Amino acid sequence: MDFRYNDEQLAMQATLQRFIERDYGFTERRALAASASGFSTAAWTQYAQLGLLALPLPQQFDGLGGGAFDVMVVMEQVGRGLLLEPYLTTVVLCAGLVADAAPPAMQQALLPQVAAAQCKLALAAYEPASRYELAQVATTATRSTAGWQLSGFKAVVLDAPSADAFIVSAREAEGDGLSLFLVPRTAAGLTVSSYPTQSGARAGDVQLAKVSVGADALIGTVGGGLAPLEKAVDVAIAALCAEALGIMSALNQATLAYLKTRKQFGVAIGAFQALQHRMADMYIAEEQARSMAIIAADRVAGADAAARRRAVAAAKAYIGQAARQVGQEAVQLHGGMGVVDELIVSHYFKRLSMIEQTFGDTDYHLARFAQAAPVP
Amino acid sequence: MDLRFTPEEEAFRTEVRAFLAAELPADIRENVLLGRRLRKDDVVRWQKILFRHGWGAGMWPTRFGGAGWSVVQQHIFDEEGAAAGAPGQLPFALRMVAPVLMTFATPAQQAYFLPRILSGQDWWCQGYSEPGAGSDLASLRTSAVRDGDHYVVNGQKTWNTLGQYADWIFCLVRTSSEGRAQQGISFLLIDMKTPGVSVRPIVMLDGEHEINDIFFADVRVPVANLVGEENKGWTYAKFLLEHERTNNAGIGNCKRELARLKQIAAGQRAGGRPLIEDQRFRDRITQVELELMALEITNLRVLSKAHREAQPAGPEVSLLKIRGSEIIQRLAELQMQALGHDALPYVREGLDAGWTPDPLLSQHFPAYAPPLSGRYFNYRKTSIYAGSNEIQKNIIAKMILGL
Repeated sequence: MDFRYNDEQLAMQATLQRFIERDYGFTERRALAASASGFSTAAWTQYAQLGLLALPLPQQFDGLGGGAFDVMVVMEQVGRGLLLEPYLTTVVLCAGLVADAAPPAMQQALLPQVAAAQCKLALAAYEPASRYELAQVATTATRSTAGWQLSGFKAVVLDAPSADAFIVSAREAEGDGLSLFLVPRTAAGLTVSSYPTQSGARAGDVQLAKVSVGADALIGTVGGGLAPLEKAVDVAIAALCAEALGIMSALNQATLAYLKTRKQFGVAIGAFQALQHRMADMYIAEEQARSMAIIAADRVAGADAAARRRAVAAAKAYIGQAARQVGQEAVQLHGGMGVVDELIVSHYFKRLSMIEQTFGDTDYHLARFAQAAPVP
Repeated sequence: MDLRFTPEEEAFRTEVRAFLAAELPADIRENVLLGRRLRKDDVVRWQKILFRHGWGAGMWPTRFGGAGWSVVQQHIFDEEGAAAGAPGQLPFALRMVAPVLMTFATPAQQAYFLPRILSGQDWWCQGYSEPGAGSDLASLRTSAVRDGDHYVVNGQKTWNTLGQYADWIFCLVRTSSEGRAQQGISFLLIDMKTPGVSVRPIVMLDGEHEINDIFFADVRVPVANLVGEENKGWTYAKFLLEHERTNNAGIGNCKRELARLKQIAAGQRAGGRPLIEDQRFRDRITQVELELMALEITNLRVLSKAHREAQPAGPEVSLLKIRGSEIIQRLAELQMQALGHDALPYVREGLDAGWTPDPLLSQHFPAYAPPLSGRYFNYRKTSIYAGSNEIQKNIIAKMILGL
């Protein structure tokens, strides 16, 4: 049993820390969030050079064949740096889904492009009425002579504005299983809107009006899309947990530093026991959250789907609550400085809050865990 | 990162399981699994069985007769033992006084006391807290005054656990009132049969006799029973606390009680359905289950780090104590809650083996019910003892956070 990152992982961690310190400070990050695209294409290219984009991809497609703990290292730093680039959606979620379930020709066409920063992907799965249910899909797929025709509406598609292609879930008729399709951004009948998210990234709605794709656009089998989709989202949730962990760790560090420097009544406010105990609780929340993120990363790659579901649901539900506690307490302990835009604390807090609303919140995953948990 | 147990550790788990299946007496097992009153004999008999198997003290070094287990092995043993219904080995002798003796006592003291601990011959209790010295332990006043080859001890210790069975007590006593309060304390071993030692029961809120006041009136203790140097006792006391707090998350017990909670909730009915299917109650179970999942890994992280560095675990153990106590309290609370109005009857005899309920009560009051409310009351102690959870947060703030 060993709970340490290995040397390569530590090297990656150090590289990212240096990158954030040098090229991705809070000022630069704020400017990027306010820019037209909402992220840095230069940074995206740098990620490719650092091997970040290739990291979890299979080696036969120019990937590095990394696992969930390699992604965890990266995502902790994505959290710390509040990085805005579509790493989670393109590399972890969509490329992961392609690597897992797409036909070899599509893998060959897409994955080396992703690794080389030539292609960005987004997942168009959730719909206005679906909330967090991946299976609740009204978008239709109709067979045509050339392949398929897709019609429907996908809501709050993360990183949609910058995506070169979308993975769309649809079904032939009510009661049928889900099917997954790769839809290029340029497809006729596809409309993509763009808006900023509360945490500074970009998202959009995707409307499909009789969008034609070829038979080779199918990912996985007809009607068999839910299982690989759910698995890919679980992998992304494990990564999201690591991102939340990185933010919690950064917030605790910032709050602790503030308690040691901010003086009132002639002493550093960290001398007050009421604040010490709250800070101790935040420390405990972070350590427990780390254990949960480790469990999620450990089980997400396994062959046992029930164990994966159970671990990921547990981690997301637990970290949702830990993140709320740490986020709110960090703001509180910073006093007025916690509620201003000019300090990174409020930006960490907002990102944590949005992670809770992404891919299922605490209530959703508590229910999912209860369903997956063996009784007794 | 590697969360797997090694093949050797898995083999050890199999060995422990087989041992428990073969050697754990059925009556002891039943007492533990039904949460009944644990008898002195249950604890002593089990220790003797472990001793005969060479497992009297898993973590002790082999040169003192221990099994020389790693922290992971001890974790596996605790987990399997708890699941099988083995009584926990009491910490006072094995995990508290013994490490102090191994590190600071004379060879003669070691040769006399350690084998008797290992074999289950001597029962030890702890003399730390006093009426005026709880969290502020260093303000203790029980005095030991040198008189020839003896110390003469006067004072009162309190919150002493199971001292009514004890052969020996290890005590912090004041041998000097000069300098800082911490500087005048010594670590003394006292034979409970010495004239002048008296034990007065303190009945706890569950009606049980688990703790005591211990009074010392002109008790003459041979100087040979001083551990280490006079006035250095605070150092030994802190050393002891470090060992006590290692491995005190109680993961094995928590897992067993979680399983029991689910069983109880599956058997109880609410609104015509098993209580466990009630959304609200189910969420309460899930919340504590998640906390436990996280704590198990946090515990292993702390232990494996300590193992790697060949050091006792650091101040992170305060986290384990806080969360471990909160979880076991919550489980006890939910077990009681699951009983509904069957939580109300106070059936003292129900805590003894061989109890049969009266014919009317037996129609609704299951065999597992008698101990549950009392245990909920009793377990409020867990966030108070062994350094209250507030003291643990002080430790985290000071030692880890640097506040």
